[in-house]
Amino acid sequence: MSKTLFEKVWDQHVIDSPLQEAARREALAESGMADHEEMLGERQVLLYVDLHLVHEVTSPQAFEGLRQAGRSVRRPDLTLGTVDHNVPTIGRELPNPDPLSAKQIEVMQNNAQECGVTLYDIFDERQGIVHIIGPEQGFTQPGMTIVCGDSHTSTHGAFGALAFGIGTSEVEHVLATQTLRQSRPKTMSVEVTGALGPGVTAKDVILAIINEIGVHGGIGHVIEYRGEVIRNLSMEGRMTVCNMSIEAGARAGLIAPDQTTFEYMKGRPKAPKGDEWDRAVERWRRLPSDDDATFDREVLIDGSRIRPFVTWGTNPSQSVAIDGVVPHPEEVPATQRESVERALTYMNLTPGTPIRDISIDRVFIGSCTNGRIEDLRAAAAVIDGKKVAGGVSAMVVPGSGLVKRQAEEEGLAEVFKAAGFEWRDAGCSMCLGMNPDILLPGQRSASTSNRNFEGRQGPGGRTHLLSPEMAAAAALAGHFVDVGDGPSAVPA
Amino acid sequence: MRSVSTVRGKAVPMDRANVDTDQIIPAKHLKRINRTGYGPFAFEAWRQDPDFVLNNPAYEGAKIMLTRENFGSGSSREHAVWALDGLGIEAMVGISFADIFKSNCFQSGVLTVELPRVDIDYLMDLSITTPETELEIDLGEQTVGTVDGVWAHHFQIDPFRKYRLQRGLDDISMTLELGPDIDEFERQMPDWLPKTNSD
Repeated sequence: MSKTLFEKVWDQHVIDSPLQEAARREALAESGMADHEEMLGERQVLLYVDLHLVHEVTSPQAFEGLRQAGRSVRRPDLTLGTVDHNVPTIGRELPNPDPLSAKQIEVMQNNAQECGVTLYDIFDERQGIVHIIGPEQGFTQPGMTIVCGDSHTSTHGAFGALAFGIGTSEVEHVLATQTLRQSRPKTMSVEVTGALGPGVTAKDVILAIINEIGVHGGIGHVIEYRGEVIRNLSMEGRMTVCNMSIEAGARAGLIAPDQTTFEYMKGRPKAPKGDEWDRAVERWRRLPSDDDATFDREVLIDGSRIRPFVTWGTNPSQSVAIDGVVPHPEEVPATQRESVERALTYMNLTPGTPIRDISIDRVFIGSCTNGRIEDLRAAAAVIDGKKVAGGVSAMVVPGSGLVKRQAEEEGLAEVFKAAGFEWRDAGCSMCLGMNPDILLPGQRSASTSNRNFEGRQGPGGRTHLLSPEMAAAAALAGHFVDVGDGPSAVPA
Repeated sequence: MRSVSTVRGKAVPMDRANVDTDQIIPAKHLKRINRTGYGPFAFEAWRQDPDFVLNNPAYEGAKIMLTRENFGSGSSREHAVWALDGLGIEAMVGISFADIFKSNCFQSGVLTVELPRVDIDYLMDLSITTPETELEIDLGEQTVGTVDGVWAHHFQIDPFRKYRLQRGLDDISMTLELGPDIDEFERQMPDWLPKTNSD
């Protein structure tokens, strides 16, 4: 029977459990409940987890739960920890001024040590955003199941891994059993055809997709991104696309592994070596969806029509092309009108305003969406010796310590610093506003991150999502500009 | 996990779509290492508005929250469920819920009931016009309705999930009993998986 990529990975990880089936039947008999056939889709299976990533914010209660129940971590050798969400990106050698943050980091360190879990700690050069370091080290491989107490775990799907975010109780379940109880999601194909125009990046592709299917279009589904545009993206670009699957409501997004994937992986510390590499590639080549495999839902997007996107609202589907205007609430379907009005009020925007006329106060380049070396190269190329506009405060937060070092070696750090950007240490930073890197009330940011929710980057802050190139150009101009217009669009 | 049988009480109308977990519990309150104590920070920004529904004394003590589509979208933070639990919310009734949020609710014994838009419109209107209206959700019967019996609706749930909720069974202890099956799966696994503890 033909299968999709998702179905192949899923089926290989479902644990055939006679004990589980017996327990279920016993439970149903005891409670006099019929085993409804229509519930088959809902029926949970036991899914094996190949890699469990943990960080300081969503794991303390899970480790504490284990301790209280006298349980241990089943597979510390398949578990990797780091600190990313609340770590300071400046002055790390000084005592952490926030006692709660310091405590949470210390608890992560103690839990890792007590349970034998490898931790890329705050002064380890491999430290960084959990979804940057997995691929960077070669832990993320095609065909694996990867989970983490973080919704952007979908990033790893770029390699053809089934990767999704879980809550803290599930983190505890994985720590104790290396498995999860899961219902089988539905499948959705998103095919992006054609070729991208000038200045259009992976970020614009995923913003266009979310704009098309909406923030809840993907609920209950796993998306497979396909088509010429996706095939032509680099691994960094594919990670950017898969990263924001959750912003369309999909728990996971996958891309079939191909030569681009293998070239990116080869030689990374945890990638297979020698003969093992050849055997692995042979195995990975069998993963892509069969030609006649079918999906529960199929979406087709013409990539040649995608323009550089900027969000104007308070969810990631509320976006428009750079040459567009802030929408009029009367123009949207009645069910969305109230949320558009609320968003415009929160964002302090007037309908009809050209996106190019919106001025910004802050620029943030970084996050698990756009904090990789390719993103920094792209932003630096736009800067090209120019300066950040007066009144604008801009910062670059590399996704990992290794990205930071590489950017310094390539001279990118100097480009940013000379232009007036702050150059920080690795972490999640202003993407979610847990550490001191936050917007002040009323400030407006151009941000390469993934969420423009109310207050996401700080209470009262106003976030516009866009690509690293567009963020860099906005930093120089002080307002949004179209990088597709070439260097002349960006002021000297 | 606590066991769940019925939830009966007033319903507070959170008449918005796509309520994200950053609104339910802002990131700055995720630095604590406990599972409790998040209630006072729930919907912190929206509560600054005196007209916000949770500031309306008519809904004080509500055990049910009514909402629209995609409630709990965004971050995987289970703190969002802990914050709702801290407000005294025992069940959520809406058009749809974000996948991770729904799963987190199950883990904490907070019921999620999905109903068609027309029914949510009806209930939303009812709780806005007559806040004292009480709803009852009966997990055993799989029904949600007004306590006066005027309106009732059936909802679906996986029977095994229902069984676990009714008894407050702990997923981890149940899965640990399946240890021999997990051992067998691991024995058959290829040995190529990357290990985190070797350099």
